[in-house]
Amino acid sequence: MRFLRESYIVFRRQLRMNLRNPAWVLIGAFQPVLYLLLFGPLLKPLIGALGVENEYTFFVPGMLVQLGLFGAFFAGFGLIAEWRDGVVEAERVTPASRTALLMGRLWRDLLQLFVQALILVGLGYLLGMRAPLRGIVLGIVLTLLAGGACAAASNALALTTKSEDVMAPVINVVMMPVLLLSGILLPMSLGPSWLQTASDYMPVKHMVNAVRNSFLGDFTVDKVLWGSLWTVALFVLAVWWGTRTFRKENA
Amino acid sequence: MIRARGLVQTFKSRQGREKTEVRAVDGVDLDVAEGEIVGFLGPNGAGKTTTLRMLTTLLRPTAGEATVAGYDVATQSKDVRRAIGYVSQSGATGSVARAGDEVIDHGMLYGMSQAEARQRGQELFSQFELDGMWTRQPKTLSGGQRRRLDIVMGLIHVPRLVFLDEPTTGLDPQARANLWTHISNLRDQRGTTVFITTHYLDEADALSDRIIVIDHGKIVAADTPENLKSQVAGDSVDLEVADIAQAPVVAKALDALTEDGDRVVVDGRHVRGRIRRAGTAVPGLLRDLTQADVELNSIEVRRPTLDDVFLALTGRSLREGE
Ligand SMILES: Nc1ncnc2c1ncn2[C@@H]1O[C@H](COP(=O)(O)OP(=O)(O)OP(=O)(O)O)[C@@H](O)[C@H]1O
Ligand SMILES: [Mg+2]
Repeated sequence: MRFLRESYIVFRRQLRMNLRNPAWVLIGAFQPVLYLLLFGPLLKPLIGALGVENEYTFFVPGMLVQLGLFGAFFAGFGLIAEWRDGVVEAERVTPASRTALLMGRLWRDLLQLFVQALILVGLGYLLGMRAPLRGIVLGIVLTLLAGGACAAASNALALTTKSEDVMAPVINVVMMPVLLLSGILLPMSLGPSWLQTASDYMPVKHMVNAVRNSFLGDFTVDKVLWGSLWTVALFVLAVWWGTRTFRKENA
Repeated sequence: MIRARGLVQTFKSRQGREKTEVRAVDGVDLDVAEGEIVGFLGPNGAGKTTTLRMLTTLLRPTAGEATVAGYDVATQSKDVRRAIGYVSQSGATGSVARAGDEVIDHGMLYGMSQAEARQRGQELFSQFELDGMWTRQPKTLSGGQRRRLDIVMGLIHVPRLVFLDEPTTGLDPQARANLWTHISNLRDQRGTTVFITTHYLDEADALSDRIIVIDHGKIVAADTPENLKSQVAGDSVDLEVADIAQAPVVAKALDALTEDGDRVVVDGRHVRGRIRRAGTAVPGLLRDLTQADVELNSIEVRRPTLDDVFLALTGRSLREGE
């Protein structure tokens, strides 16, 4: 109870400040729209190779994970600014739970992601995407967990480096292989076998596959389970790491 | 209220390939009684903020132990946090938030209800003369107003003990004197224990019941301002002679009154030295000088300041390097 209350106080504060920034609201809402309208049509000629009836059925789930991961990666930058203002230290000197200080911020990121997911799925549906409801629900839940993991990791990284200049390259280094080897934009099955093998070692690929299969209504164990386990594991790990930095953060 | 023994904090920092270890706080012992206002005085980089961050549970001591408000900082940090307020050197409010919201949220993180936090916050706003600032963004406040807002944040949950890290830095003299009144009121009206760091001597002098001086991470003195000042051998006396040729005569007379080891300095028409209990010694000195036909233009007697104390304790002036 105390934990929820404290998280809520932090969440409310974060949301209040974000909503006051119209750029944050607009960019958040238009990002999925632009991706769908500007990138989606490029996939149309590939329908055969993708094995789906509508390109959006393939594209929307990938887009979901992409939004979840990449939007969240940048969550930490805001935290560096807060740290510089002394807000983090002021919160750390209160008896509030360290996990709540992190969780409140994650809730804000997850709410943003959830709204984006709804826009994405709704618009995708208008554009011809078809998916069973429970598939959509599971897909969004996995996306939120994945996004939460990235946001927590990003916050941890922010408090560890305390510098945008150090953090930006680190994020780039992490994002590159994730983007290229996870099949977010195009399925890895299109590539040569060595590339597919390399991508097997990328947890994100399994996460993307799980979301995609769940949108296809294919809930068999080997299609959804591994990706889901990866997602949960990464989420737990990242929250643990994030909490640790809030606890220990050394000036 | 505070008891620390052998507090140590080392920071590892890297300069290029070289790893260096900074001993920011090097074996600090502290005792602060309930209801005291203690000034924690030291030059830049002495280790004041680092000590405070250890006492407020923000930083785990490398070595040593401390109990604050009856709880151990390492093992009962939550209890410590509940009992204390902390105003950091760099401020505590988000620049785009609204002042009142920040204060309420801060109070609520201490477990206050929203209504309680709002009421107490508004009380403090008027007490600290921040009326009308409730909905302002901190970045639009003046430096002094923002500093007072930081203090309001630190007091929102009515702590028994507050740590103030250089609360008056950057304020004009009037605003500083004003804040001193607020700080003394905390103790006088509520019995709050106040631990305040500063590198202003006059501030420590005016405000504190006791002063603890830190330099290079070590405590070099801890006593009342009066006692510290009386440790310095005597008051400083500055005599200006009308005829520069008579300066040596004056120097000789003054030298007879100073302690062994203290030197009399002749600087043009000015002759300076330190003598104990100048108030009783100077009339005799003047009589002797008059009998020797020495004419004086002026005489100045000054009680020792904390700067003199610091100089005597460390061999350096507190103002150096500022
Ligand atoms: N996080 C850190 N990493 C490395 N060194 C640090 C860190 N924090 C402080 N130091 C070093 O420890 C020493 C003491 O710093 P501290 O901030 O405690 O000084 P201070 O007495 O508060 O000074 P000031 O009057 O400037 O605020 C300084 O040499 C400082 O450079
Ligand atoms: Mg300091």
